[in-house]
Amino acid sequence: MKIHLKVWRQKDANSKGHFESYDLDHIEADMSFLEMLDVLNESLINQGKEPVEFDHDCREGICGTCSMVINGKPHGPQKRTTTCQLHMRSFKDGDSITIEPFRAQAFPVIKDLIVDRSAFDRIQQAGGYISVNTSGRPVDANAIPIEKEYADASFNAATCIGCGACVAACKNASAMLFTSAKVSQYALLPQGRVEATTRVLNMVKQMDAEGFGNCTNTGACEVECPKGISLENIARMNREYLGAVVKG
Amino acid sequence: MALLDSKVPQGPLAEKWSKHKNDIRLVNPANKRNIDIIVVGTGLAGASASATLAELGYNVKTFCYQDSPRRAHSIAAQGGVNAAKNYQGDGDSVYRLFYDTIKGGDYRSREANVHRLAEVSTNIIDQCVAQGVPFAREYGGLLDNRSFGGVQVSRTFYAKGQTGQQLLLGAYSSMNRQIQRGKIKSYTRHEMMDLVLVDGKARGIIARNLVTGEIERHGAHAVVLATGGYGNVFFLSTYCMGANVMAAWRAHRRGALFANPCFTQIHPTCIPVSGDHQSKLTLMSESLRNDGRIWVPKKLEDAQAIREGKLKPTQIAEEDRDYYLERRYPAFGNLVPRDVASRAAKERCDAGYGVNKTGEAVYLDFDSAIMRYGREKANTMGLKDADDKTVRELGEKIVEAKYGNLFQMYEKIVDENPYKTPMKIYPAVHYAMGGLWVDYNLMTTIPGCYAAGEANFSDHGANRLGASALMQGLADGYFVLPYTIGDYLADDIQTGAIDTNSAAFDEAEKAVKEKLERLMKGSGQHSVDYYHKKLGKIMWNKCGMSRNAKELQEAIEEIAALRKDFYENVRVTGSADGKNQELEKAGRVADFLELGELFALDALNRNESCGGHFREEYQTEDGEALRDDENYRYVAAWEYKGEPKDAVLHKEELVYENIELKTRSYK
Repeated sequence: MKIHLKVWRQKDANSKGHFESYDLDHIEADMSFLEMLDVLNESLINQGKEPVEFDHDCREGICGTCSMVINGKPHGPQKRTTTCQLHMRSFKDGDSITIEPFRAQAFPVIKDLIVDRSAFDRIQQAGGYISVNTSGRPVDANAIPIEKEYADASFNAATCIGCGACVAACKNASAMLFTSAKVSQYALLPQGRVEATTRVLNMVKQMDAEGFGNCTNTGACEVECPKGISLENIARMNREYLGAVVKG
Repeated sequence: MALLDSKVPQGPLAEKWSKHKNDIRLVNPANKRNIDIIVVGTGLAGASASATLAELGYNVKTFCYQDSPRRAHSIAAQGGVNAAKNYQGDGDSVYRLFYDTIKGGDYRSREANVHRLAEVSTNIIDQCVAQGVPFAREYGGLLDNRSFGGVQVSRTFYAKGQTGQQLLLGAYSSMNRQIQRGKIKSYTRHEMMDLVLVDGKARGIIARNLVTGEIERHGAHAVVLATGGYGNVFFLSTYCMGANVMAAWRAHRRGALFANPCFTQIHPTCIPVSGDHQSKLTLMSESLRNDGRIWVPKKLEDAQAIREGKLKPTQIAEEDRDYYLERRYPAFGNLVPRDVASRAAKERCDAGYGVNKTGEAVYLDFDSAIMRYGREKANTMGLKDADDKTVRELGEKIVEAKYGNLFQMYEKIVDENPYKTPMKIYPAVHYAMGGLWVDYNLMTTIPGCYAAGEANFSDHGANRLGASALMQGLADGYFVLPYTIGDYLADDIQTGAIDTNSAAFDEAEKAVKEKLERLMKGSGQHSVDYYHKKLGKIMWNKCGMSRNAKELQEAIEEIAALRKDFYENVRVTGSADGKNQELEKAGRVADFLELGELFALDALNRNESCGGHFREEYQTEDGEALRDDENYRYVAAWEYKGEPKDAVLHKEELVYENIELKTRSYK
């Protein structure tokens, strides 16, 4: 099929960006979206032009590296799907596709479609862990029985891949879904309860310091999240936060 | 040979590790504060090692090419992590895990290393649970297990189909704790370009900041390479796109011996190639073989009709299906180890029974599992007379709970519903058992340079069992390296900070800059991917699932010629002074073009079939691998001498004091 692309090009963080148009023929339905971009890049290179840079790595929907907005939606039109798992069969012959980087003040553009998401790492560093020594001798794993219901809920929160689609989807560029997923994973486990108070206070503080906006409950993040992380996590984080503030 | 002293401690097998830990030297906490360690790679091995070393008090610098340590490809491991906990009471033990791993590796791994791995495996699970890793649990609140290929017990712990992700995020969280304390300095979007040796010891690295293009010097008292495997030498593989051999290869060029490069794993259950545009292959977890049955049509005309789209698999009667693994290997059936399952699929497809357009696919069928689970569920619900439709619906729900995310992934890629029609699968390159040679302490032949996880060669022999990669990565990082590295660093307590202005750093930085300039200067005929794909084709066709002397010889010559062409004619766009993905790829492909040649040389040297290495000249009458213990019971460790084909072979004889070498049988 034929595809018309409008792609965001930006030399580096300090340059001004702009859209460029490209036409592609012979795109097959079985190609992944990124393989379509590989075809574009191969042709740009053969013309001696600089290829479009984009972040990608595992290409199986789990590493969370890909970070583009396709026709206005983070990761494109298909629900619960990262860009790398999106296939060209989701598009029709003659379609126009606009590709931009994730947009947020806290995610500055590095080049073309690549953004800097180190703010997410710093939120995790502020408290996204249980303080247990890794080389010691902890208790036997089965000495901490956990109700399946809580274990499963904790797992569901833990499946966040840290891609940042929630931020890109939110009109406030809020990172509440991302932050609350980690807060929830630990809040639901007995091992994580011990530091629950300081964890939520520190992580929220860092989230604010990074310049992410607030949550106004539009739910766009949940809709666009490729892993289906639930808004319930935000509610749980708010409850944890309130409790922590009261506790001081 | 003094060069290859494995340093395996004396004493009975089960006591070696404990005794060694008591014998080696320690560094006191105050002195640890004066010692710097560089860890390259932040997958399971790198993240767990850096977190633990920092927690012990060393100053750690970590490097990864990704934008965050959390994205390393350990994250993609699906199935699970083995541990000899025997929670199921099915007769598992440290010895059995040790035995299965040695046998699964086709008797080409080091006994003492494997036993240590089995010993610390139980610790890993305790550690990860304490860290908040949400493993799958039973209704009683205790941990659940499942079984994996090549073994007859259930010892695999898992978190749905995302075990690697959860374990890596656990290690990443521990790293984060140390980053916050200031004990780890994390360098993301950085690539190690060279290893720096001062007076014969590893004392630092040259790294490239991938955003600014700056070449940086970093000094340390020891360097740990946890940079994963080299499977991307095949271009198409289940590895992530950025996985590369650069760090390990640079260490090899600086004197670290490279062991058993021809031992690579071709995983049997991957989604088949769909066309020339393909950029990578996707694995379907081996856990699917617990419930899925693998088959091809019995009749050639049926296979032909399926390929032409005239027949559907569901239309083939039960008696016309060939469940070839169950037929050939009745004792293990669909749960034979990966090398055996992969070769069997290739054998059927080569014989004309393949079931996709190109004839390179077999079926993985869940129908009988769906009906079996559905019937059990109907019975427990008191629906003894439930019709097939109800049973099927109930069964599909249970299969969904077990493998839902994998089925969903398959449907996204292939656009077929695996609940209704069997999956199509074919083997793909998945893991490298070979890697940098290390001694019992995980030190390479360069003093102070360590290799952990997939980057080293030590534990899996010629074939890795399922759910053992996660185990090994974490064992090395959490429980082995933090002890053994102290023994070496005990000599460095008074060394002081490493001076990065020395001649050694000057020389290494100059070499890196020259390499980059050379890559930028090709005549510009072909893209980097063009060369990578060509290399991949040579590797897959001549060094793939089966190999012979003639083609390996050809491969060596073809790769050398391709490498020459690459340097003369590659086109790298842009400049070296900033973000440039083409330049990044070019540097990686340049090293693959050397490694590929050594790979073929190693395969040519090994005149036997064992594990993932199958030489057509060496097989039994019924097509099983024919090992040669008398002549090849050794680790082939290669020393760099300029051109890869000139590499010098060093042998580490493998001594089996506790296990009797047998022909590996899964029949």
